[in-house]
Amino acid sequence: MLQDIDRRIINQLQNGFPLCARPFEAAAKALDLNESDLIDRLGMLLKNGTLTRFGPLYNADRMGGANVLAAMSVPLERFDAVADQVNAHPEIAHNYARDHALNMWFVAAAPTLEAVEQVFCAIAAETGLTVNRFPKEREFFVELMLTA
Amino acid sequence: MDALDQALIKATQAGLPLTAKPYATLAEQIGGTEAEIMARLKTMLDAGVIRRIGVVPNHYRLGYTANGMTVWDVTDPEVDRLGEAIGKLPFVSHCYRRPRALPDWPYNLFAMVHGHSRAETTEQAAQIAALLGNACRAHDILYSTRILKKTGLRLVE
Repeated sequence: MLQDIDRRIINQLQNGFPLCARPFEAAAKALDLNESDLIDRLGMLLKNGTLTRFGPLYNADRMGGANVLAAMSVPLERFDAVADQVNAHPEIAHNYARDHALNMWFVAAAPTLEAVEQVFCAIAAETGLTVNRFPKEREFFVELMLTA
Repeated sequence: MDALDQALIKATQAGLPLTAKPYATLAEQIGGTEAEIMARLKTMLDAGVIRRIGVVPNHYRLGYTANGMTVWDVTDPEVDRLGEAIGKLPFVSHCYRRPRALPDWPYNLFAMVHGHSRAETTEQAAQIAALLGNACRAHDILYSTRILKKTGLRLVE
């Protein structure tokens, strides 16, 4: 169970983290904590899996690489075998089963769009299934805050 | 992006050091000075290479167990204006325009929504539908039933 102070840490630090020499001290002040308590609590929240990350969140689209979402309709009797074939490619960053006729959704990331295409072509050849590509045409600005 | 930026990305994509002076710790690890490290991070923030610095909670651990990919068939002249509006809704974490895959997939707008239950995400989808009005011809919500792989995007190895 999350304590109140953990909720406040999570809510505040989703908004940003200071760029100064003692950023934990600066962030802790606003939370009525001291520097070492904040560091310890963040370490604990990362260790117990309440936080998946703490640090800079990079925008993959601005780092020179390419990443593309794709989906396939996989026959249920082959689902796990096809998942293994897809996941065997190291370029596959995520893969989710979803409840739709297009029931397998995955993202391939590589240094170039051509390299991403090669992965999709290989998956199509290995599985005999159609790989539907859903590249981003436009990203709309979002500011999600999950209230802890 | 130069070698120091590349080294900085590589050193921080798993996270910031949990030390009292994390930027000084990074400078010790990869070179440069503490001031240079902070300046590089500031430049990448301003350029949008870094979206933000902070924490990423595990949705499920905070009780957000319903995570739905809502998909919408929105008329082409309206999709960009409406996509901007949907991105501003507080429960939407990603919002993209993508190509349709006709005839099976008529949807061109994708918005990920997060709630404590499917009743809540259904209500969120209703809010999106109300915003789209007549510009929307069809929609669906796809829930993930299983994570098959999640290594994340790691572009610098």
